[in-house]
Amino acid sequence: MTDLQSLNVIRISASDANPPQLRQNVEVAKLIDVTRCIGCKACQSACMEWNDYRPPVGYFNGTYTNPHDLSHDQFTLMRFDEWVNDEGDLEWLIRKDGCMHCTDPGCLKACPAPGAIVQYSNGIVDFIEENCIGCGYCVKGCPFNIPRYSPVDKRAYKCTLCSDRVSYGLEPACIKACPTGALLFGSKADMTDVANGRVEELRGQRGFPNAGLYDPPGVGGTHVMYVLHHADKPEIYSNLPKDPHISWLVQVWKGAYKPLAVAAMGLAIVGSFIHAVIYGPNEVDPHDVEAGRRMVDRRSRGVIPPRPPEPPPVSHVKPEEPVK
Amino acid sequence: MTNTWGDIRNADVVLVMGGNTAEAHPVGFKWVIEAKIHNNAKLVVVDPRFNRTASVADFYAPIRPGTDIAFLSGVIRYLLSNNTIQHEYVKAFTNASFLVDEKFGFQDGLFSGWMEDRGDYDRSSWVYQRDDQGFAKVDETLQNPRCVINLMRQHVDRYTPEMVARICGTPADKFLKVCELIASTASPTRAMTSAYALGWTQHSVGSQNIRTMAMIQLLLGNIGAAGGGVQALRGHSNIQGLTDIGLLSNQMPGYLVLPKDIEPAFDDYMKSRQFKPLRPNQVSYLSNYKKFFVSFQKAYFGAAAKAENNWAYDWLPKLDVPLYDALKAFEMMNDGQMNGYICQGFNAIQAIPNKKKVRDGLSRLKYLVVMDPLHTETAHFWENHGDLNPADPAKIQTEVFLLPTNCFAEENGTLVNSSRWLQWHWKAQEPPAEAQPDIWIMAQLFQKIRQLYQKEGGAFPDPILNLDWSYLDPMDPQPEELSKEMNGRALDDLKDANGNIILKAGQQLDGFAQLRDDGSTMSACWIYSGSWTEKGNQMGRRDPADPGDRGISPNWAWSWPANRRIMYNRAGCDPQGKPWNPERALIWWDGKQWTGLDVPDFPPTIKPDSGVGPFIMLPEGVSRLFSVDQMREGPFPEHYEPFESPVRNVLHPNVSNNPVARVFPDDRKEFGKADKFPIVATTYRLTEQFHYWTKHAHINAVLQPEEFIEISEELAKEKGIGQADWIRVWSDRNSVVCKAYVTKRLKPMKVDGRMVHVIGFPIHWGFTGLARKGYGANTLTPVVGDGNTETPEYKAFLVNVEKTSPPANAPVA
Amino acid sequence: MELNRRSFMKLSGASLAATTIGALGFGAAGEALAADVRPFKLTRSTETRNTCTYCSVGCGILIYSYGDRAYNAKPAIFHIEGDPDHPVSRGSLCPKGAALLDYVQSPDRVHHPLMRAPGTNEFKRVSWDYALDRIARLMKEDRDKNFIAKNDKGVPVNRWTTTGMLAASASSNETAWITWKVVRSFGMVVFDNQARV
Repeated sequence: MTDLQSLNVIRISASDANPPQLRQNVEVAKLIDVTRCIGCKACQSACMEWNDYRPPVGYFNGTYTNPHDLSHDQFTLMRFDEWVNDEGDLEWLIRKDGCMHCTDPGCLKACPAPGAIVQYSNGIVDFIEENCIGCGYCVKGCPFNIPRYSPVDKRAYKCTLCSDRVSYGLEPACIKACPTGALLFGSKADMTDVANGRVEELRGQRGFPNAGLYDPPGVGGTHVMYVLHHADKPEIYSNLPKDPHISWLVQVWKGAYKPLAVAAMGLAIVGSFIHAVIYGPNEVDPHDVEAGRRMVDRRSRGVIPPRPPEPPPVSHVKPEEPVK
Repeated sequence: MTNTWGDIRNADVVLVMGGNTAEAHPVGFKWVIEAKIHNNAKLVVVDPRFNRTASVADFYAPIRPGTDIAFLSGVIRYLLSNNTIQHEYVKAFTNASFLVDEKFGFQDGLFSGWMEDRGDYDRSSWVYQRDDQGFAKVDETLQNPRCVINLMRQHVDRYTPEMVARICGTPADKFLKVCELIASTASPTRAMTSAYALGWTQHSVGSQNIRTMAMIQLLLGNIGAAGGGVQALRGHSNIQGLTDIGLLSNQMPGYLVLPKDIEPAFDDYMKSRQFKPLRPNQVSYLSNYKKFFVSFQKAYFGAAAKAENNWAYDWLPKLDVPLYDALKAFEMMNDGQMNGYICQGFNAIQAIPNKKKVRDGLSRLKYLVVMDPLHTETAHFWENHGDLNPADPAKIQTEVFLLPTNCFAEENGTLVNSSRWLQWHWKAQEPPAEAQPDIWIMAQLFQKIRQLYQKEGGAFPDPILNLDWSYLDPMDPQPEELSKEMNGRALDDLKDANGNIILKAGQQLDGFAQLRDDGSTMSACWIYSGSWTEKGNQMGRRDPADPGDRGISPNWAWSWPANRRIMYNRAGCDPQGKPWNPERALIWWDGKQWTGLDVPDFPPTIKPDSGVGPFIMLPEGVSRLFSVDQMREGPFPEHYEPFESPVRNVLHPNVSNNPVARVFPDDRKEFGKADKFPIVATTYRLTEQFHYWTKHAHINAVLQPEEFIEISEELAKEKGIGQADWIRVWSDRNSVVCKAYVTKRLKPMKVDGRMVHVIGFPIHWGFTGLARKGYGANTLTPVVGDGNTETPEYKAFLVNVEKTSPPANAPVA
Repeated sequence: MELNRRSFMKLSGASLAATTIGALGFGAAGEALAADVRPFKLTRSTETRNTCTYCSVGCGILIYSYGDRAYNAKPAIFHIEGDPDHPVSRGSLCPKGAALLDYVQSPDRVHHPLMRAPGTNEFKRVSWDYALDRIARLMKEDRDKNFIAKNDKGVPVNRWTTTGMLAASASSNETAWITWKVVRSFGMVVFDNQARV
């Protein structure tokens, strides 16, 4: 169904066929200005409403963070921290957590399912659930711990940056809802500009000498950036990683040794190899790995013609029908 | 609000006190953030809790609940003693120079005129000295010791920073920092806006809290200026409209007042409503009161209201007590004095203090009618939900009706936002199943009752039979018809002074200036006149253009009065008619007339030097630092402790509480004393929920799923309470079991030499809805009414706290 | 009277911002791609302007419903978001406003008139006629019995204190006015709204 040949796609998971990259759209970015965020959760609410998911009603566990974690039906989450600064004053640090849309996306690199994760030339990293085999490697491949595996349909989910809205010229739902302008959307260049202006003000007039922009180079920069009052200590904002990198295992898996790795897919040891090194909180069903292997297999054996020209018949590679 | 939401962008200082704007009005708060970013404004928060607003503030100071008057009086003392007031404004636009009656005084917590036997004041000494023409005397040199400003200086002299710290628990250095920021706006080119909501109103001294801030804003010259003003942020989407239209015990539409027993005839009623100017040449616009009243009676009773029957004055109900408000209603129910009650979109059992008293009251009714789109706790009050609602249905003989109504998306109509904008909205779908609009229900009910009176007769049917009901379909009036009625129309051809016809009979009025007191005009709500004219529905206008970027968008919807966006904007100019701050000018005198971006709040051709004051609704033409006889507690605000307080009033221990607040004897018996209940509790809303309403919406139930109470780490340690442990919180009224949120955002405060703990109870949970079931904060709150408005004292009461085990039916986490 | 938002945007210049955002992201081909990825759910839906029902900021909202107001189609709301033209809210909403859909569609909406008889433990469905006739009768009986036409000084006071009303605070002005009208014509004085609580 998805047109993976689109000129707007610049990267495709588990694919040796590089998109032509002829069309270069404006790179977009979401700027999260933590210093003007009041933690109202309008973004969270709008995300649920627009994307039509409704997590179950939870319970109180000693924080305003509800639900308590991201999930397949919670793409974004306000995380609250009560932090006492060096002067002994309380700061209530509130951070909107969700996909960072990395320029160098670890999830995409780790993904063994062709076309399950794509990156568009505007920078959005999107999960194409039809192609997802539910192996959970994206979860481990992500340096920000964002994707979540759905126990319902056994696929991975995360923020899409409302790629459907953006494609129609609208801003993402969270951006539109944000009452205080703590969320802004535009070109990455403009957002960087705005952020620099904010940082200057925070340093000069608001007493935050360490204010700064969070756009971590370790992942090639991100298409979701933060303005932080304490950019020297990102970890105080609910463990925002100080210097995120893609795991070396993923680099090995999908980097310089990619041809080797693809070849290895055909080997019987692949399951245990991946299982051993990237095993995470999500149970990886050997069945899923097998599905991935089969797909790669089919393509390399010519059952599926190499791309281009035709996309894979995705319906054939689903491990099972969604349980709904 | 005196100003608009968008106008907050023009402020240099934003003081949020008595409210939590970021939490309760996040979208309006956008303009506070804009002021910070684009106007380099400082945001100052004074609140018992470090709240969501404080999280983005430039400065935060804690305060003990219920002590705002002490704090603000301390600010007034600071401004006067440091001479940081806007002198020219104060002199020209306030009653600072007016001389007060020699008999007026204040001693030991009481103003002159206290009548111990009646528990009320004789307010006859709370007036100006008058000259032989009846005008108020002034001393423009401000030297006379009876000048308002000198009496005020003397009154606030007790509120030193040390005294403020002792009463409020606010450290003196933090208090002084707040004073300094506030005082920075005394300059004519700087403005402060004050944003408050129920954190000021819900006290036994609520009205006086707000008055104290109004006085500060007048001293600083911040009323009438862009970025200034006092902003009542208000609560529900149309509580401004419901207030405007007078759905209160003693009100009529447009702030006209319902007659009282002591005004037996129309002449008696009008006698106290002449509003003769108190200074020469003043406008005193309310001197048009009779035009508004007669036009209302014409709208209400149509042709049956005539000069010969005094416009049917006798058909209006008269009041024998100041108010039959909700608190009194439940007192009367418990006393067996009421048989029926109608709750239209109002969840009384959750919203009124002392839930048990409310449930007991409803249980003694013969019938209860609930009109609501949702299954509210009030409709289900007779159900047993264990400790959450220990009712015994078999013993409750109340006949209960639950009538399904439409929601906002299923009707046409107007809501008035807090900056007085009347915004028309359009229907997007039909109500579900058999649900019907409230208008239809009220019309059906009225017609059925009218028919019964036509058929059977009964007690004084005249007002029912003569009520004007000229709708196309009497069983189903349309919102457009009702809206046009509020605007009003000419009943005869209206002529100007030269005899030219300005409006033909039947045409919609252009504005309230066209109203007459001879029965030739009708208008159901005079302040809305201009909202639906011959040019059509002005409330549906949708041009967001905002010349000058002042945040007023004059052609978006319609604002009362007269589409004016910033009230008192004449005071935004100096006495010569030049804007105090030319960069943020709203209106100005162009040599011939008043003009500008907003509709002038002043007669358009009266010259600035004519001596006419800018506060045209008041008979003296200037604003009141001394409120004359308009407030029941006294002409100057005074600190009184909440009725449940951990300390005695250190200023006057024998008059500890507001002497004119209303307390019913049975409620007084249940008041907590500090020895048994040493902990101060306050209640509030969370941004994820709206009252008891959004817990029926799945997303909001997810965002704040379960009842909790916020306590400090210090109190938790003292009581051995861990994060999210179950606690019991109780008073003599009742007890609640829920989870504890142990937070750094609450701190014990040092009050009169000892540490006082404050805990916070968000209000949103109940026994219906999609969120987890809870008690509701009003299980614990006391029944006390503010001295002027009978607003309950939800914001400061006493409880005790202990750790407890999870209830048997507690959901597994 | 439904005003066309698009035409207003053109007039007001507010479209400038929207166009700029539109220029970001995908081109026309990308539109097709993303439409395939996740169908854009507002295409061809009907847009109605309204005001948020919750707080007094009065944010502008756009309601999206199925159907194009054709006679044979019963509109059903499936999405609500902020109105970008609104001078105060400028398209934004709070977590309550952003979830208005879940209030409109709440499983706790009341669908039929219900009555609970004295001493019983359940609501029973009744017809509108039954409910309104019964309430009218109860009100008239109470009024006729307890109405105070004149006080002890003989002053006409036209007062009914044994039945009272709490009016809403999120209902429209028009509802408010008809409610005032009806309630006061009976002489009802135990009358309040949610201004205080």
